[in-house]
Amino acid sequence: MQAGTSEYGRVGTRYDVEAVRADFPILHRPVRGRPLVYLDTAASAQKPAQVMDAERRFYAEDYANIHRGLYFLSQRATECYDAARRKVASFLNARNDHEIVFTRSATEAINLVAASFGEEFLKEGDEVVITGLEHHSNIVPWQFLRRKKGIVLKVAPLNDRGEVPLDEFTRLLGPRTRLAAFAQVSNALGTILPAAAMIRAAHAAGAKVLIDGSQSVAHMGTDVQALDCDFFVFSGHKLYGPTGIGVLYGKEELLDAMPPYQGGGDMIASVTFDESTFAPLPAKFEAGTPAIAQAVALGAAIDYVTGLGLERIRAHETELLDYALRRLSAVAPLSIIGTAANRTSVISFVIEGVHPHDIAHVLDTSGVAIRAGHHCAQPVMARFGVPATARASFGLYNTLGEVDRLAEALERVEALFLQ
Amino acid sequence: MTDLYQEVILDHSRHPRNRRTMAGCSHAGRSENPACGDEIAVFLAIDDRGVIGDIAFGGRSCAIATASASLMTEVLVGKTPAQAEALFHRFRAIAAGGADAPLDGMEGEAARLTTLAGLRDYPAREKCATLAWHTMLAALQNPKERK
Repeated sequence: MQAGTSEYGRVGTRYDVEAVRADFPILHRPVRGRPLVYLDTAASAQKPAQVMDAERRFYAEDYANIHRGLYFLSQRATECYDAARRKVASFLNARNDHEIVFTRSATEAINLVAASFGEEFLKEGDEVVITGLEHHSNIVPWQFLRRKKGIVLKVAPLNDRGEVPLDEFTRLLGPRTRLAAFAQVSNALGTILPAAAMIRAAHAAGAKVLIDGSQSVAHMGTDVQALDCDFFVFSGHKLYGPTGIGVLYGKEELLDAMPPYQGGGDMIASVTFDESTFAPLPAKFEAGTPAIAQAVALGAAIDYVTGLGLERIRAHETELLDYALRRLSAVAPLSIIGTAANRTSVISFVIEGVHPHDIAHVLDTSGVAIRAGHHCAQPVMARFGVPATARASFGLYNTLGEVDRLAEALERVEALFLQ
Repeated sequence: MTDLYQEVILDHSRHPRNRRTMAGCSHAGRSENPACGDEIAVFLAIDDRGVIGDIAFGGRSCAIATASASLMTEVLVGKTPAQAEALFHRFRAIAAGGADAPLDGMEGEAARLTTLAGLRDYPAREKCATLAWHTMLAALQNPKERK
């Protein structure tokens, strides 16, 4: 594909990051008297004006409830909502629009699959395989199912680099494995898993596969047909879209075979007090009035990242990552946790003798926003023998100058606590 | 230097006072902050007059929690459990705002605790700063069998 076709394209494989930053109002807000350096995009991405404008414009010009009104605005709102679904389907390269279910978040999407797929397809003794890198949202729903149905949860171990070796994963697959569920990219360490090979291995064992794409969709292209995953979930807010909207992709034949997750309006064909029949996909899984405006704004976020181009975003973020790894390696007492060969722009680290909360706090006084804690991945922390890490994560709007600000602030931490 | 990480706090976090175990303590407690994995243990020796004769702490914690624990052990020696509780309320009022308690002549101790007043701007750190105090109050409810 010819890069450089968008309004940001000055050079083939690059975009003008300052022009991109102009789209993000919050990046121009001073924090604690310093220009903000936002390095917590893995937790939530900041929003471009295009996304905010889309939500505002929808409320100002097109808003009503969907799927029920016979009047102009309701039809208009329904068209906008359906158009957002088409954008998501195209973004993931789903075969059909109705394979896209809007949820509240990736977390809700995983809970939906655990409850509904679990109800229909999992029996006592059946196995679900996850990995040691999972976010709590891809652990706890399966523990619920273990308590409810007596399934067995198996965990593929990590190596010392924070990778999931394919053979360790494959070894756990057996005749009782019904589902493998794993993050394509680790939120705590940035490790990119060999998803395609893992999916092939799981399918060879007769298992279905759920991919948690929360940490991948904003950083690399996604093609659910090429991956051949059975489910794929992500959250809108990590894709520069609004909070309160998430996506579940599922193969049509599976979603069709699964019972509804929640009951209510919009998900039924007809209701009597004796019996209800359910609407076809995707409405079957969208009980109640959904986050309509947020779905519309998510469509705008997808337009934004595809306009920039995910290949160019990845190239930009890889440059940031490589530079940051070099700069941070020069901070003497700092150790990077997770050194996978294939990774996204997430760096987890610890400084011997300084608690991660103190690191984050001192960085904050310089206007540098990073995360400190267990990153909702306590098993990952346990694997590396640390209670918490500090984590800097980079997005499409970060600059090499901001990496310098991070490194300088870390030198201040060192001076404050260790000298 | 940041406003919260003053020299006094850094000194207490680098060289905590009374970070040790205590054989023959009369009260002990342990708690953790699951958000960051910090854990603190507090040991008290309450003497026959009902006064805190000795206090120590242990565990693994961030600079703020460690400094706060260290300062706490310094101001609580010689206090009764009721006075310790009053100082806790004063400390919380200093660090986070909220209800205060009468000081009954402990103004000097309270003044030392204002070292951590910078916490007010960082509500996320309140749990760090009060971890040792909560552990101390729990320990007071947890007397050990006298040998």
